[in-house]
Amino acid sequence: MGILDDAFLKSLWVFHLATGSCNNCDIEILDCLTPRHDIERFGMLLTGSIKHADVLLVTGAVNRQCIPRIKRIYEQMPQPRLVVAIGECALSRGVFIHSYNCPLPLDHVIPVDVYIPGCPPRPEAIIAGLIKLIEQRKTQTGQAKV
Amino acid sequence: MNRQELLQTLRDRFPDEILGVFEKSPKRVYIQIQPDAIVRLAQYLFKEMRARFNIASGVDGRNQMEILYHFTVEEMNLIISLRVILPKTKLEIASLTSVFTAAQWIEREIYELLGINFVGHPKLKRLLLPEDWPEGVHPLRKDYQEWDPTAIRDRGV
Amino acid sequence: MPRTIVPIGPYHPLQEEPEFFILTVEGEMVVDIDLQIGYNHRGIEKLSERKTYDQVTFVVERICGICSTSHPFAYTQAVEDLISVEAPPRAQFIRTIIAEGERLHSHLLWLGLAGHFLGYNTVFMWAWKLREEILDVMEILSGNRNNYAMFKVGGVWRDIQAHDIPPVLKKIESIIPTLEKLKRAVIDDPVLHARTKGIGILSKEAAIDYCAVGPTARASGVDRDIRKNCPYGVYDQIDWDMIVTQNGDVFDKVVVRINEMFESIKIIQQCLSRLPQGEIDCVVKDIPPGEGIGHIEAPRGECFHYVRSDGTNRPVRHKIRAPTFMNLPTFKETVIGGTISDAAIVLAAIDPCYCCTERMAVRNTKGQTLWTGEDLIRLSQEKTAQIKAQMGQS
Repeated sequence: MGILDDAFLKSLWVFHLATGSCNNCDIEILDCLTPRHDIERFGMLLTGSIKHADVLLVTGAVNRQCIPRIKRIYEQMPQPRLVVAIGECALSRGVFIHSYNCPLPLDHVIPVDVYIPGCPPRPEAIIAGLIKLIEQRKTQTGQAKV
Repeated sequence: MNRQELLQTLRDRFPDEILGVFEKSPKRVYIQIQPDAIVRLAQYLFKEMRARFNIASGVDGRNQMEILYHFTVEEMNLIISLRVILPKTKLEIASLTSVFTAAQWIEREIYELLGINFVGHPKLKRLLLPEDWPEGVHPLRKDYQEWDPTAIRDRGV
Repeated sequence: MPRTIVPIGPYHPLQEEPEFFILTVEGEMVVDIDLQIGYNHRGIEKLSERKTYDQVTFVVERICGICSTSHPFAYTQAVEDLISVEAPPRAQFIRTIIAEGERLHSHLLWLGLAGHFLGYNTVFMWAWKLREEILDVMEILSGNRNNYAMFKVGGVWRDIQAHDIPPVLKKIESIIPTLEKLKRAVIDDPVLHARTKGIGILSKEAAIDYCAVGPTARASGVDRDIRKNCPYGVYDQIDWDMIVTQNGDVFDKVVVRINEMFESIKIIQQCLSRLPQGEIDCVVKDIPPGEGIGHIEAPRGECFHYVRSDGTNRPVRHKIRAPTFMNLPTFKETVIGGTISDAAIVLAAIDPCYCCTERMAVRNTKGQTLWTGEDLIRLSQEKTAQIKAQMGQS
């Protein structure tokens, strides 16, 4: 178990899912790939298929149409898997809490491991959040939580 | 042609259909018209005055519903809004899709959010709301109530 | 020949907004397209009815992240039209500077994405790296990279300090040579000509019939720009040109957007050097009953807001129309008749800001997925590689 956990945390592949968002958080996530912030030096890659992903990055106030899709994507994701909620909308729907098309916050649909607040969070904040996730998982290696 | 001439021409061409003209400012004019005259007026503004159709906005009033059709006449820096009043007992009006294609989507949106029927629209079905949204529930109406018992509206703190 | 249905949507790793396109193809050629939108519908018009007029400014900022100044600008213009006041001159200059800065970063973002779809990942990285410089400028001026929160009914919330102007001017000067290089790299490339010229043509009559707005219409010869025809801010006091081309294909849309970037730089430089002294807002006490309309030229076209009030401190009705609402239906004209490998770039050429992410997938009529979304982008990139090989490049 120890070796798998170590290997898991060394080079996380992320899959990005936008559920009814204004796009700001999505662009800040893409900004992490660009030369100034460059998460590829940590080995993190943006992948196109959920079956290759270790981490699911979710943005957006969860739309009614998106709820079944979020559940399906989460189930298709191979374990060990982690979910990161980025931006105020993914945390608690932010300003859209009374919207008729956003009934539930994200953590009532799928379990979330890390919350990164901000509207939008800066790329430095996103990278700091992911590093915090890695550190936290490293200290929990004995408990093998997935 | 300038703004005054355009308004005078409208008054002369459509004396019975125009119920009132309100000039709020040099750039904004609101014209109230009969509901069955909308296609003729839209045709005149779009084809002959070469105005551009901006959007239509539906408003839920206390006793009636209104639709405002906004046209921009760019050469005169003017927005003309045609106001149509519909009684709540008969919420339907002719569709503008025969005049220009730009009306297709906005009429679908007003149909699903306010419940106004557009007669003659080629494909009047949902645009924005999900498939499992109940029929007959129109969110933008003033008497809309939350119908979903599983929705959570507090922040949980 | 059997017909296949190709759904494009809703989640794609590199396009940011979910939308569901269903293309019907015969062999390689697209014969029909249907759009299903609504994956991003958050009911903001209904939300406005329970917030006060000042709170609505912050809600509409979050309609779209890329054009996050356009909606507050149009909304504050609508309320100011309702109460018949005008913001003071210094506020108008500051508003124009922020709006043009946003246009710059939005066009660069689009250029990067278009480059990626065509297989030019270097263009993507360069454009977004240059975009970071612009976001630094916006951070100096307003305090944040994206949601600037500068617009207020009657003026702006924050002032531009005098000691900030020289470093901002210097930074903007410094990006001009790189932008020139990027422009030449994109416009003079023969492979790009082969990929984008004659593809996805939107004729002038169709652009007028669909009431298309923004660079999508200006690339087809419709010479309308809200900044010139219905001037707001200080656009009528500044020297700049409207960019119009005639062919309406994807290449023209690229040219229009790149040239608009240089005009934006001109406008920002002139505004910063002529910033007048004075107040930055006028005090607005209450909103009487009435209606107001505001419209401005966002990076993607005309953004239109209509506000009606009944004397209370909340709007009765707030109608929002983003520019992409008028531009999206033009897909019926531009995609039909083209091939699948061109679908990606034609769909991206109108710079859609529906705040959705797309995944493209090809399904046959039995509903089985043959290709995934990544494959359609890969098809587009492969076509570029083929053309490069034919032209003798590596």
